Amino acid sequence: MTKYVIIGGSAGGIGAVEAIREVDPVGTLTLISEEPAPQYSRPMISEYVSREATLDTMKYRGDQFWKNNNVQTLTGRTATKIDFKEKFVELDGGDKIDYEKLLIATGGKPFVPRMEGGEKDGVFTFTELSSAKGLESKLENSKSAVVIGGGLIGVSAAEALVKRGIKVTLVELKDNILNLILDKTASEIAEKVLTEAGVTVITGQTVQRILGRKDNQAAVGRVVMTDGTEIPCDLVVVAIGVIPRTELVKETDLKLNRGIVVDRLMRTNIPDVYACGDVAEAHDFLLGENRLLPLWPLAHLGGRVAGYNMAGKKAEYEGGTVMSSLKYFDLPIIAVGNVNPEDIGAYEVIVELQPTKTVYKKILLKDNVIVGFIFLGEIEKAGILFRLLKNKVNVGEIKDMFLSEDFGIVTLPEQLRQKMFVVN
Amino acid sequence: MKRISIKQEVCIGCGLCQVYCTVEHSKTKDPIKAYLKEQPRPVSRVRVETSKPNSLSIRCQQCKDTPCVTACLAGAMTLDKETGLVVHDAEKCIGCWTCIMVCPYGAVKPDSTGKIIAKCDLCPNLLVPACVANCPNEALVCEEVE
Repeated sequence: MTKYVIIGGSAGGIGAVEAIREVDPVGTLTLISEEPAPQYSRPMISEYVSREATLDTMKYRGDQFWKNNNVQTLTGRTATKIDFKEKFVELDGGDKIDYEKLLIATGGKPFVPRMEGGEKDGVFTFTELSSAKGLESKLENSKSAVVIGGGLIGVSAAEALVKRGIKVTLVELKDNILNLILDKTASEIAEKVLTEAGVTVITGQTVQRILGRKDNQAAVGRVVMTDGTEIPCDLVVVAIGVIPRTELVKETDLKLNRGIVVDRLMRTNIPDVYACGDVAEAHDFLLGENRLLPLWPLAHLGGRVAGYNMAGKKAEYEGGTVMSSLKYFDLPIIAVGNVNPEDIGAYEVIVELQPTKTVYKKILLKDNVIVGFIFLGEIEKAGILFRLLKNKVNVGEIKDMFLSEDFGIVTLPEQLRQKMFVVN
Repeated sequence: MKRISIKQEVCIGCGLCQVYCTVEHSKTKDPIKAYLKEQPRPVSRVRVETSKPNSLSIRCQQCKDTPCVTACLAGAMTLDKETGLVVHDAEKCIGCWTCIMVCPYGAVKPDSTGKIIAKCDLCPNLLVPACVANCPNEALVCEEVE
């Protein structure tokens, strides 16, 4: 009986459990998680704070998931050390868990820059349920918040808070919100939607200091911006980004770049040790190289691939790329790949903007291969483009149809359809 | 596993599959009420595509590698191991559109509320799915496949 140990119980760990059990129903499976009940959907933290989801509805898998998959869970426990030679994981308190196959799926942690006042009561992050609960518990007695960071998490936080009646200022250091995902046009449309919903968006600046309240210096009272402006607020949400949680494997033989480097089978450089999710640097099919891509679906997929390989069924990670679907204030946007290259002149750009209908489509091609696209407003057929992009299909013959209402599976050449769109 | 396949050579693009799908997924099951009165408006989970002289009736193809299940942020899209079907739980769905991003057929779409997705469920209350039963040219076939 193989002894499997998984560190981390979120998207990646869960994917691995499911894959391992498909192949090996009898091996012993131990999962270590710092969280008491890790099987919740982290992307739904926003819905939890906005009260569109409850602790119950935000469960990614049911409460019986671990039991049904015969997983011994060590929840509320922290792995403190891995001995790759003797093949065991040490936990807080000194317990040792032997492994034959190990998955490191420790995820990411919010990046919080050192900032004056960052320790004050009322400063939160937005990627873990515990911090979201803390934030949520303050909302009834709060009127205003400053969200630092205009990326996916920051905008999610801003939306959730506005829906709870909080006056929100969203601060983004770059010139446009969501600048890692969208181009300027799409970003401006998104910003307009946010503004109309009541969010104050400030770009080109950040928060320099957090100051206390006059009657309570230990609690958040206002922030000071780069230009010296002061914004009064009761809460600060830091949403600048996530960084891989590699502290467990620092100064070991495990190959680290910014994250744990894995191959297409999600193997690290150490035999029988796998990694996936936000802690791993895995394959990007667009770049053809490894990179950090802290996205939930990719963590789950990577976990599945790792699980199969751990259990002896060969599987290859197809990879991911920058890929996001957004729904801020009911504006649907799907953006994939390279949509904002610096050398835009080197690309063919197919673009359509219908401001009255809030529809924007942009497709970037290089040598007749799609390298990125944005669908805003009308998203139903985005997945067809995603498949063409992922498979690097030469779209020379069909690209003229991309913006047509008639574009679809039927407009693809018969040969391509047979090859790529039959049921697999 | 059940799947609906399309005989492309006999699809005439009449669009009746969309109509019957819409009605079957309405509350009243009455075409007039479904199209004119019901709120939220029921939507077709089938899309007829036309590129003359060809037409196709597109819906969820029950992919075996289930990209939508892997991508789902909420755990709302699951693979039923017994039937082999991709099942959508409307109660769990948060309308994040991640499944739309990865569906190679463009066979998932927001429903008319814009809050959750709609996709083919093979008409669980019917012996033969509505689109198949009512295709006038028998271009749609519901069959058991491996």
